[in-house]
Amino acid sequence: MIVKRPELSWTERLYLPAIWNGIKVTLRHFLRRKVTMQYPEQRWVVPEGYRGAPYLVRDTEGHTKCVSCQLCEFVCPPKAIRIVPPGPDGPPADRPNAEKMPLEFEINMLRCIFCGFCQEVCPEEAIFLMKDYSLTGTRREEMIYNKEKLLALGGSHQGRIQKWTFKLEEAREQEVFPVKT
Amino acid sequence: MAITSSPTDPAKVSPADVLTVTVNGRPITVPRTQPDWEGRMVPTTMIQACEAAGVTVPHYCYHPRLPVAGNCRMCLVEYGVPALGPDRQPLRNPDGSLIINKSPRPAIACATPVSAGMAIYTDTPNVRAMREGVLEFLLINHPLDCPICDQAGECKLQEYSLEYGQAASRFVETKVHKPKAVDLGPRIMLDDERCILCTRCIRFTRDVVKDDALGIVNRGSYNTIAAYPGRQFDNNYTLNTVDICPVGALTSKDFRFKMRVWFLKETKSVCTSCARGCNTLIGSRENVIYRLTPRDNPEVNQSWMCDFGRLNYKWIGREDRLREVRARGSGNTGWTGALGEIARRLRAAPQGCVALIASARLTNEELYLLGLLARHLGAMTDSIPRTGDFDHILVQADKNPNSAGARLLGLAAEPMGSRLPAIADGIRAGAIRTLLVFGEDVTSRGVNADLLARLETLVVSDVLPNPTTAAAHFLLPGCAAAEKRGSFTNFQGRVQRFPKAVEPPGDARPEAEFLADLVTAVTGQKWPTSIEGLFNHMASSVPAFAGLTWAALGDLGRSVAT
Repeated sequence: MIVKRPELSWTERLYLPAIWNGIKVTLRHFLRRKVTMQYPEQRWVVPEGYRGAPYLVRDTEGHTKCVSCQLCEFVCPPKAIRIVPPGPDGPPADRPNAEKMPLEFEINMLRCIFCGFCQEVCPEEAIFLMKDYSLTGTRREEMIYNKEKLLALGGSHQGRIQKWTFKLEEAREQEVFPVKT
Repeated sequence: MAITSSPTDPAKVSPADVLTVTVNGRPITVPRTQPDWEGRMVPTTMIQACEAAGVTVPHYCYHPRLPVAGNCRMCLVEYGVPALGPDRQPLRNPDGSLIINKSPRPAIACATPVSAGMAIYTDTPNVRAMREGVLEFLLINHPLDCPICDQAGECKLQEYSLEYGQAASRFVETKVHKPKAVDLGPRIMLDDERCILCTRCIRFTRDVVKDDALGIVNRGSYNTIAAYPGRQFDNNYTLNTVDICPVGALTSKDFRFKMRVWFLKETKSVCTSCARGCNTLIGSRENVIYRLTPRDNPEVNQSWMCDFGRLNYKWIGREDRLREVRARGSGNTGWTGALGEIARRLRAAPQGCVALIASARLTNEELYLLGLLARHLGAMTDSIPRTGDFDHILVQADKNPNSAGARLLGLAAEPMGSRLPAIADGIRAGAIRTLLVFGEDVTSRGVNADLLARLETLVVSDVLPNPTTAAAHFLLPGCAAAEKRGSFTNFQGRVQRFPKAVEPPGDARPEAEFLADLVTAVTGQKWPTSIEGLFNHMASSVPAFAGLTWAALGDLGRSVAT
């Protein structure tokens, strides 16, 4: 197909109106309120429900909530999560009847795609996608967050469900089988 | 328990021994009687008929290799029997089909014998409602602590909850809490809360092992499984109760909290701890073996294995495993150099001045190659006997997994080990100047370190370091059975193959691989390097294995005459 080159009128050939229109756009933006944010001095307000970095949380009494069920490790699409279970001789869990907690819990933040499957699958409400979006490090190893770091960053969670505490109290009230302490 | 029962051969069944029943409207012919857990012929039950029809009936307490208890009620089904006329003949519909009188009450499929013309229904709304009801009752006092339960992922309670469970509990009262983490014995941990009282463990230890160690104590909701007061649940078969426990009540102390079962890659294998050769599954993840579980084989181990064999896997991952090829006194390193130098020395060795000690823990294929090498060199050969405790269930006194193979392939003397003094004398006299040792420590068997020091060439292949490997001129790191393919011949003469489960450490190579290279280099004749090729070659040239092929061995093995 041959497209005919349009004939320009004399005003168009003059170019000055076009230049004036361009200057008008520039002036309009020049006078408007500025939208550029002075990052990192200024920070963006993270909206509710934002999926940032996944961290582990403690319960209100400061105990590790994770029981090392490894469902997050299983569901994690990029295999960013790596859990070392305690094994038969591992240290006892923080909570007396939760029986186990991870010996080591690592999330490779370079691999993590912030999908939130780990939070969704967690039966213990122990891992949450928080609001951290700017994760930096100078080495790859630095970006593998271990259990200690994840718990420190995650803080404590004020969950409604206190399954293990409730179970322990319920068991203590019964007299047939005394609860081992 | 005598492990001799064999499944009924369909060719031998006469028409009088069979009857026809319908399962969900599909006619199926089943034998009138079938062997029970002890091998006695008992009437075929509805659950067996359903199994034959390819319909699985959910169940907890029923186990084909245990006496029937009928206490879990999960296998309730509806059934009917043909209506009979005044002449005691079955009445028929105009289309010729039998008129079925449906029973007003359901029956448990595991304990109800089938009768001719019986109709069994497992997919009616009533059956579904019964399963839902039974499951709801079973879950009343169940703690639902799946996140911390080792059984999660292979738990029948979880599986049937998915199919027949309620989304929310209707139980508003307080759950009965029972003891958790009860130390039942040296290898077993019991969680009473999770127990559904199916009594499989009690029946197994009482009837199969004949060690009546477990029982139920207390009444009603407070029923708990317990060992006899003051007694430990400690026999050599305790860990089988962990396998047959349909829930997470009995857990293995060894596997406890080690790995979730859904991560484990299960490889069909054969236990190497005695001449029985129990069929096993190796559960491994990323090259680490986490557990061994028995695999059903009616001819060898039924559904069981002993605790010793089950826990005898930890040496495979040991840090001091032999990883490097060592060739002392020559500049050659690595496999090519070491094998080339060994082949050169063996070619130069005069007939009869070489001796070979091959372990009966090597596979048939490896022993076959060693046999070829020994015949070429005119070498004196023997294996080393290894004996220990035995019982009348599974454990054999012979602790070598392939003694029968070593005998059939002509490597072991009769009795095994009787040529060892002759080999020692030969070395002492200077007649034997080259010794090949595969997978054994000969220093504790009469060929001591002083004798080994007199040898011109000592070639040793092993997996773990010992005084013999320390004295070796050529050290060839080999593989554990879990790290290679091959086959063993058990004490019954059953040839059982196994695939590779994990990678060998360092430079270690399967013995069959480097032996094929070595035998090719020494004899100048080309030998197959693949396990299939080697096995089929062996079957065609060794009369005892005639007619077998690698593919025909299947998962359960084939018998040869010993």
